[in-house]
Amino acid sequence: MIVSWLDWAGTVSLRGVAAFGKFWYGFIIGDDWTVAAAVAAALVVTWLLHTTGVTAWWLPPLAAVAATGASLRRISR
Amino acid sequence: MINPAVFTTTFLAAAVEIIEMVIIVVGVGTIRGWRSTLIGAASGLVILAALILALGVTLTLVPIGVLRLVVGSLLFVFGLQWLRKGIRRVAANGFRGMGARAAADDDIPSHGMDWTAWLLAFKGVLLEGLEVAIIVVTFGAAARAFPSAVLAAAAALVVIGGAGALARRAVERIPRSALQLLVGTLLSAFGTFWATEGLGITWPGADLAIIALAAWYALTAAAYIGRLRRHARPARPLAHASAR
Repeated sequence: MIVSWLDWAGTVSLRGVAAFGKFWYGFIIGDDWTVAAAVAAALVVTWLLHTTGVTAWWLPPLAAVAATGASLRRISR
Repeated sequence: MINPAVFTTTFLAAAVEIIEMVIIVVGVGTIRGWRSTLIGAASGLVILAALILALGVTLTLVPIGVLRLVVGSLLFVFGLQWLRKGIRRVAANGFRGMGARAAADDDIPSHGMDWTAWLLAFKGVLLEGLEVAIIVVTFGAAARAFPSAVLAAAAALVVIGGAGALARRAVERIPRSALQLLVGTLLSAFGTFWATEGLGITWPGADLAIIALAAWYALTAAAYIGRLRRHARPARPLAHASAR
């Protein structure tokens, strides 16, 4: 009885964790992981440039537009 | 004191999801009866409100620099997703509304609670509202204007919920894809601004840079919509983008 209840509770909590992970994956990554990756890479490069004294505020918006364009090109092909 | 930029952006972002939420609830209520549907919708809203309150209070304790980097990055990638979806939908279908949603109508109990209606409404409100909750919490916390964000989401719920109750067809005709495109533009602009500021970088023109960024993303969207339309072949039109 207790074992079957624990099995049920375990299955339910695993499903909950999976659903939680799936929601965040959809929220952050969505249907094209390359855009999120490009944004992350752009922010890292921006920070590196900034630490070396280079003006880098222009990089994230430029990278975002390039990544969006590349994603749209792939989808519409 | 209301922060107009936060209020407007959160209102529009909430409206995008609430339109779908209202269409689901009104669709289920019309077909399966209102009592269980409205209880289900209210249950979903209570959970969302508790989530917003708990997360909102927690996030105000985080230092603003860290918060803007994390929240800005989140809004940046999420905003770009909506921008991309908006571009595809507007390029494929123009500024059309989303239309009615079908709901199952079998096995409706004659009395007592209709758990199918409750569950459909509950899930509809909770799932559609989860993104709104995260936008409200993150946006409000990063701008240090949590009350403005909460008020905007509540206002969107009242306006679109009221419109849905009075005239369902009017809600179905709201051009959700265009709204999504607009909100994607705004969230991308705020996300870019905050994420970059979170890295310790100062924007030229300070807060005015947000307007320049929004214009930059709007021009980008217009250019990509034009290009997608030019490349769409009449014999094989672009597939209708998925609902999410």
